[in-house]
Amino acid sequence: MKTRIFVTLKNGVLDPQGKAIHHAIEGLGFSGVHDVRAGRLIEIEHEPGLSKADLESMCTKLLANMVIENFEIEQA
Amino acid sequence: MRAAVIQFPGSNCDRDMAVAIRDITGADTSLVWHRESVLPSGLDLIAIPGGFSYGDYLRSGAMAARSPVMQAVIAAAGRGVPVLGVCNGFQILTEAGLLPGALMRNAGIRFVCRTVGLTVQNSQSMFTSGYSAGEKIHIPVAHHDGNFFADDATLDRLEGEGRVAFRYAEPVNGSARNIAGVLNDAGNVLGMMPHPERMIEAMQGGSDGRRLFEGLIREIA
Repeated sequence: MKTRIFVTLKNGVLDPQGKAIHHAIEGLGFSGVHDVRAGRLIEIEHEPGLSKADLESMCTKLLANMVIENFEIEQA
Repeated sequence: MRAAVIQFPGSNCDRDMAVAIRDITGADTSLVWHRESVLPSGLDLIAIPGGFSYGDYLRSGAMAARSPVMQAVIAAAGRGVPVLGVCNGFQILTEAGLLPGALMRNAGIRFVCRTVGLTVQNSQSMFTSGYSAGEKIHIPVAHHDGNFFADDATLDRLEGEGRVAFRYAEPVNGSARNIAGVLNDAGNVLGMMPHPERMIEAMQGGSDGRRLFEGLIREIA
């Protein structure tokens, strides 16, 4: 079984990486882009029995830094 | 006096830190590998050095903060053993929850490697007693993720409790309120991005970092 975990910066946390990507997009001539924020996708292959609580615990203990990031768990 | 410098895969300031501690304080200083779950007994100081532990995978310091030795470091910090984290060491201490906030990518995106001016904010801590409050000193930084972030309430609390040890005297990396180093609430854990161990003798361009170690040994002795 596969679960996808999306880790994103919290609202209000400055994202210099997203800003740089935004500038690069504009540099390629694309217009109309208002903002870019970069995050991280983590794919986990696991036994079907792994609980949502365990997945959440992985996120809060390691995969996301709760000071600056949020996470979303997407089970296939 | 006994000191330990923790080594992670990817640490690269471990030996400089050990030399600085040994030369300045005379401490019996050992290097401790991250897989150890027990620290040498009777430690008076633990240093978490700079570098790129685990290649900065996931987030700078995130993997190192979960390695076996950090449980022992957290326990020692709880008993009041002084813990100094420099650069990647600061990142590891925030990731381990020993210090508040997080160190994010520099606001200017670029790696910053130069000597910067710092203002000593608090000269009352065991790490900063070798300085005077408000004094301007010069210490090198070398980091990509030194942009200190915490929410406003946390920043207000840190400032109100005198836990901002050092501030940048110039814009460096976008750090909230120009914070370069913070203390834990008990005052026995300091994390800072600048490298005091790289400024301990004239040959290195100055010795402003030396007084951190000199002050520390007076406080510990």
